[in-house]
Amino acid sequence: MQRYSAFSLLRHGINRHTTWAPAWRSPPLKDRYDVIVIGAGGHGLATAYYLAKEHGITNVAVLERGWLGGGNIARNTITIRSNYMRDASIPFYVKSVALYEAMTRELNFNMMHSKRSMIDVIQNYPMMRDRRRRQHIMDIYGSTYEQISEAEVRRRIPALTGGGPDARLPVVGGYVHTDAAINRHDAVAWGYARAIDAMGGEIHQQTPVTQLLRGADGRIEGVETPRGVIRAPKVAVAVSGHTTTLTETVGLKLPLRTMNLTAFVSEPVKPLVDVIVNCPDAGFYLSQSDKGSLVIGGAPDPGQSFRRDIKQTVFEDTVSAMLSLFPSFKKLKFLRQWGGHLDIAHDASPIQDETDVPGLFVTAGWWGGYKAIPAGGLTLAHLVATGRPHPLMEPFGINRFRHLDYVMETGTTTAR
Amino acid sequence: MMQIPCPFCGPRNESEFSFGGPVKPPRPDPSAVSDEDWTAWLTQVPNPLGPVQEQWWHVRGCGTWLPIWRDTRTHEIVEAPDDGR
Repeated sequence: MQRYSAFSLLRHGINRHTTWAPAWRSPPLKDRYDVIVIGAGGHGLATAYYLAKEHGITNVAVLERGWLGGGNIARNTITIRSNYMRDASIPFYVKSVALYEAMTRELNFNMMHSKRSMIDVIQNYPMMRDRRRRQHIMDIYGSTYEQISEAEVRRRIPALTGGGPDARLPVVGGYVHTDAAINRHDAVAWGYARAIDAMGGEIHQQTPVTQLLRGADGRIEGVETPRGVIRAPKVAVAVSGHTTTLTETVGLKLPLRTMNLTAFVSEPVKPLVDVIVNCPDAGFYLSQSDKGSLVIGGAPDPGQSFRRDIKQTVFEDTVSAMLSLFPSFKKLKFLRQWGGHLDIAHDASPIQDETDVPGLFVTAGWWGGYKAIPAGGLTLAHLVATGRPHPLMEPFGINRFRHLDYVMETGTTTAR
Repeated sequence: MMQIPCPFCGPRNESEFSFGGPVKPPRPDPSAVSDEDWTAWLTQVPNPLGPVQEQWWHVRGCGTWLPIWRDTRTHEIVEAPDDGR
């Protein structure tokens, strides 16, 4: 692998940047692999990366319907954090945040990681209690949460001028999560792809899987694509919203519903907000990108959805909620919007397990899965390679629904 | 914006309604069905690329609850599918 550094930039710059090697190959598609990973999104790529790095399994194909970095890894709000609610969830996300912080060095790719804190703006006392409860659990596992006063919230977010004493929901205080960060989503996809390629794995874009294939013994046998049948004794499904679409091709039902979570950005403006702002009572969150745009998200569409654009009603609700706390943002111009298909499990926690079809693995239910990418890949690679769940993922098997042993998670941003 | 046909008020904008969740089959007697069917009823809903049946509440209108079939790919309100899922 060609290493990136200030020196290499200088050297290739002298050659007018004509001498850079491609960051990854486009090898011919074989008809057999040891492992097929469906979906070259964050979770699929991280899985292939850790299969090679931790377990030495490199005869792996990652199949992508679209193009690299064009799925949900580009359809989120790049928020990395570990302020979750449940004993089962927090250690997993603490690990994921740590892996993200080490990623630039590990992949030799600049993630533009910006650890900038997340401030929850709290507007009623039940939410304050919920945050305090989270803080007590997070303290156990080494995540950070700290209560601050209303005055301190306003000092740290000067643009927050609404929510005064006469408002319907006055700001009563806040909580700071100092581990929170944003980074560059394309760098995550490209950095993993380059590392996978260097270790011998293959990424095949424009290769949609239309059908899973089961052998006569019931085991997974491979997948069908428009480019032909590809066989492997182990197949991992990492496709977010379309998980059930794929698993139902082998008659497998899962407790997942697909929803559309959307976000939009404003025109670029001068530096204005230097933390991630989350307003759970008003129902929106925002951060400012390096380019200056405000990246704004709100609630998901009501009901199941396979659309990938914002609904007018969702957009209007989010904007009016935002203007109640940030009235000056009324002057901002809207630039663009997007949506991503997420599947949410019955208890709002992820599902990562080998299914009833031997050799078929799923990683799904990642509501806000961007922050879970490195640890989700680490744990799925462990499961695929060893056949046993990684300790961090043990609580999130499919059998919890058979035993009605739910892990009800309300730490997702939009679960209100 | 979706227009939802209220049986009392005619087609009305979605912003007058509140989403009430998917329509589920009636709750089975847990002692009369298999464990598998019971946990499936508790935790699974159909998740098709296509029509789903759901409840909407005309909360900023006449207050009625109504079931509709909606296509998850387009958000169009559609006729009930023939197989009556």
